[in-house]
Amino acid sequence: MGILSSSVSITQYRVEGKLSEPILESVATGLKKNAVEEIDNESSDKAIGWTCFNNPFSTDFNQSPFLIGTHLVFSMRIDKKSIPSKIVQKHYTLEMTKKLAKSGRDFLSRTEKKEIKDHVIHLLNLRIPATPNIYDLIWNYESNTLWFFSNLKGANEELETLFTRSFKLKLIRLFPYTMAALTSPLSDVEKDALSQFTPTRFTE
Amino acid sequence: MPMLDVAIAYNRYKFIGNEFLTWLWFTIDTNQHFFKTVDETITSLYLGNRIVLENSINDSSESITIKGDDAGLEEGLLSLRKGAVVIEMNLSYKTENQDWKFTLKGESLSFSGLNVPQTGPAETKADIEGMVLEKAYLYEKAIELVNRLFNIFLKLRSSVEWNQKIVPDIKKWIQV
Repeated sequence: MGILSSSVSITQYRVEGKLSEPILESVATGLKKNAVEEIDNESSDKAIGWTCFNNPFSTDFNQSPFLIGTHLVFSMRIDKKSIPSKIVQKHYTLEMTKKLAKSGRDFLSRTEKKEIKDHVIHLLNLRIPATPNIYDLIWNYESNTLWFFSNLKGANEELETLFTRSFKLKLIRLFPYTMAALTSPLSDVEKDALSQFTPTRFTE
Repeated sequence: MPMLDVAIAYNRYKFIGNEFLTWLWFTIDTNQHFFKTVDETITSLYLGNRIVLENSINDSSESITIKGDDAGLEEGLLSLRKGAVVIEMNLSYKTENQDWKFTLKGESLSFSGLNVPQTGPAETKADIEGMVLEKAYLYEKAIELVNRLFNIFLKLRSSVEWNQKIVPDIKKWIQV
């Protein structure tokens, strides 16, 4: 689900801090340094990084520019491999049987079992392709706002970490409290009063 | 206003978002003219096809989902009468010849199921850029509307008017 989908989810963010000039160059550097890496045929089971909007399997930001009008538009991609537990179990059992036969013993230590399991998962990760999930965002640098096109808790948390690591800026999720504190026209006195609020009862 | 840990602030103050939705429903039902003062282009703001209420009296909470077009005035009001608050609401926002539909959650004020007016098809790269700009403009209309409404609500909620006028009016509305 992304910017061009017919139905979207949006979480609003406020960006705090300023990038060093020239801004577009700073953004490009942050994107390139933290672009998503391909993990197919690798032993990693997860990769998170930036990718081009509308061309999510390319991280060539020169080919797909991230500036549209005055908006910075790009995507976060999370690639994840999930190996069904029954497949892990099968290969684990086969490896254990081999190891036992080879050693001539009738049991394996806990450490040996763990080594076998890690080895099996490592080999399976090399063979299994990662499933990509793509989340678009629109960042309006001038107004310090960012719209992230997902409400999924996990994706939002990954975004916050990746964004801060890439651009050294603080990304604050907007919800009632942070909106009141950071983006509302309330005076300091009103803000203080608000933090003391208790729920209103609409029934007698 | 102290900047609390995000998770604590989220949970402790989610009632503010829920009260906002409850107030919004009351305003939709009793004062359509008001929306014109917030957005000149608006022709109407109505409840859409879904509303979720939650009643959390005595430590336990019960949630009630009402679905269907013209969602649940009667049933919803009955829940409000029993002390529930609105925690999620589908809205239909119309201007002269365009309409938006979206669901707002009280605790996060995040948008889901946001449908904006149709944009033309995009085939070339330039079309896609144009479409992103058009979509961004249309998303912003809905986001701005909600942000402005929430700011007005916050001003009201922190004024003496809230307890002296608004709450008694909402109570009356619930009892009708």
